Amino acid sequence: MLAPAIILFVLFLAAPIAYTVFLSFQKLEISGLGLGPGATKPVWAGFSNYVSALSDPSFLQSAIRILIYGAILVPSMLLLALLFALLLDSRRSRSRGFSRVAIFLPYAVPAVVASLIWGFLYLPSVSPFYDIAGQLGWKNPPALLAGELVIFAIANIALWGGIGFNMVVMYTALKSIPTELYEAARLDGASEVQIALRVKVPMIVPSIIMTAIFAMISTLQVFNEPTTLRPISNAISSTFTPLMTVYRDALTRNDIYSASAASVAIAVVTFALSFGFLRLIQRGAFSQES
Amino acid sequence: MSTLAKQDRALPRLSSRGADIGAGGRTSYLATGLLLIGAAYCLLPVAWVLIASTKNRAELFSTDTFAPSAHLWDNIVALTQFSDGVYWRWMFNTAIYAGGGALLSVGVSALSGYALAKYEFRGKRAIFTTLLAGVLVPGVILAIPQYFLFAKFGLINTYWSIILPQIVTPYGIYLGRIYSAAAVPNDIIEAARTDGAKDFFIFRRIAIPLMLPGLVTIFLFQFVGIWNNFMLPYIMLGNDKLYPLTVGLYTLLNQGSSVPALYTLVITGALLSIIPLIALFLTLQRYWRVDLSAGALK
Repeated sequence: MLAPAIILFVLFLAAPIAYTVFLSFQKLEISGLGLGPGATKPVWAGFSNYVSALSDPSFLQSAIRILIYGAILVPSMLLLALLFALLLDSRRSRSRGFSRVAIFLPYAVPAVVASLIWGFLYLPSVSPFYDIAGQLGWKNPPALLAGELVIFAIANIALWGGIGFNMVVMYTALKSIPTELYEAARLDGASEVQIALRVKVPMIVPSIIMTAIFAMISTLQVFNEPTTLRPISNAISSTFTPLMTVYRDALTRNDIYSASAASVAIAVVTFALSFGFLRLIQRGAFSQES
Repeated sequence: MSTLAKQDRALPRLSSRGADIGAGGRTSYLATGLLLIGAAYCLLPVAWVLIASTKNRAELFSTDTFAPSAHLWDNIVALTQFSDGVYWRWMFNTAIYAGGGALLSVGVSALSGYALAKYEFRGKRAIFTTLLAGVLVPGVILAIPQYFLFAKFGLINTYWSIILPQIVTPYGIYLGRIYSAAAVPNDIIEAARTDGAKDFFIFRRIAIPLMLPGLVTIFLFQFVGIWNNFMLPYIMLGNDKLYPLTVGLYTLLNQGSSVPALYTLVITGALLSIIPLIALFLTLQRYWRVDLSAGALK
């Protein structure tokens, strides 16, 4: 019964991974003038692809850029998702049904389409924000798609698309807490805010950890938003994020060896980050217990 | 529980700020206000694209941003005529990719989840862990080696190059296992076996119907995932007749940066592309239960 899953897993997951690792240790050797078929052949390269890929200044810049991006996006997305999940769960807030659907709605919008829509909202000639700024007397509002601000512009798109999903994950976890737990606190005169922070949040920590890990993984892989915005922003280069660099190397420059090394490096960092984060959390949890 | 008891004792002291705190049930304007701000933030771009798609080329750049016009139908007609109706071809392709891929994915997830939940065999833990580790593999990083492997077998630029890599989903198998364990009682399986039913018969006739609500959830996740996917088709496909909406709209925007006339088409196309998914969301709302830690808590 497991056969279909295992076969497909091997073919479309394990094989590509093995192939990438294999390619990352190879390079093309050119014999003679490098003309005609058979003039180039792949040979063992050791770690040279890794050295060249990782020391490429544009790759390093993209790595730093992605760290800044993640530092902006992940905390703000999780905090807002948690805030909205708690508000939805609070019996004192109104229009909960409407808000839940509205905030979850962006999840139905593909990242490309979201980037496209926000891209127009950032364009001064079309955007309502520039209209409003102008009416308020703000003479020269900054261009959102230029310079350093573009990182915030992209983070905002991912934030918009991601809050709803994370909110629903946390909200589902909140719903599974037995309500008797609140009753005691309420009888003791605890406010809804205190119940939220001291009873509810600790109970859904596993869900928060899961969403944090998924958010970090998707941060490292950001590709769709900047790629979509590239045609309308000069501030986004073809090596804006690590994955965009991999894409350029593999399919524009036809340097699959260097691209493979960079892919493996990104995968290793992803694994290290998610496991490191889990370990850190576990240690924190255990120290609380003792 | 000891931490909870401690918190209970700590609470009254902290709540001395206001006597009426915790009366509960009363409307909190702050909480409601914050929720509505969140809702407005999420709806604003959708509202904008709805209004912008009613404008013609000149109005898009001149009139008040939130003043609707009456050119929606003209824009849809123009979009339909664009390049021999290629937009609707993209819509059709996306439906095939997302619908077909999600159906196959549900089948595989249900089958393997059921096997993992209801059978004992050697290496079960190892297989499950390996499948789950797939969640952590940067999915999009797979797309490039997949491209080169598919190229070797002449599969790029086909429907299969988009559907095949998206059938196995670790999360789907994980959910399949949870739903099988929760929804299919062992007694029923035993009873069916004593009556001489074969394993596959039990799976098809007994397990699948019991798991159906859970399978709808897996289908929805996978459907949305494939519908929203951009990188895999962007890499695999070079023929614009095979594009899904995401890649199609991207190329349209790309051309639009030199031909602003295309902007209205991009905006109308963006609007039409999100309608099916939003409809799916609103109709199947009750299946959107996302319990990532269900396994961890139980």
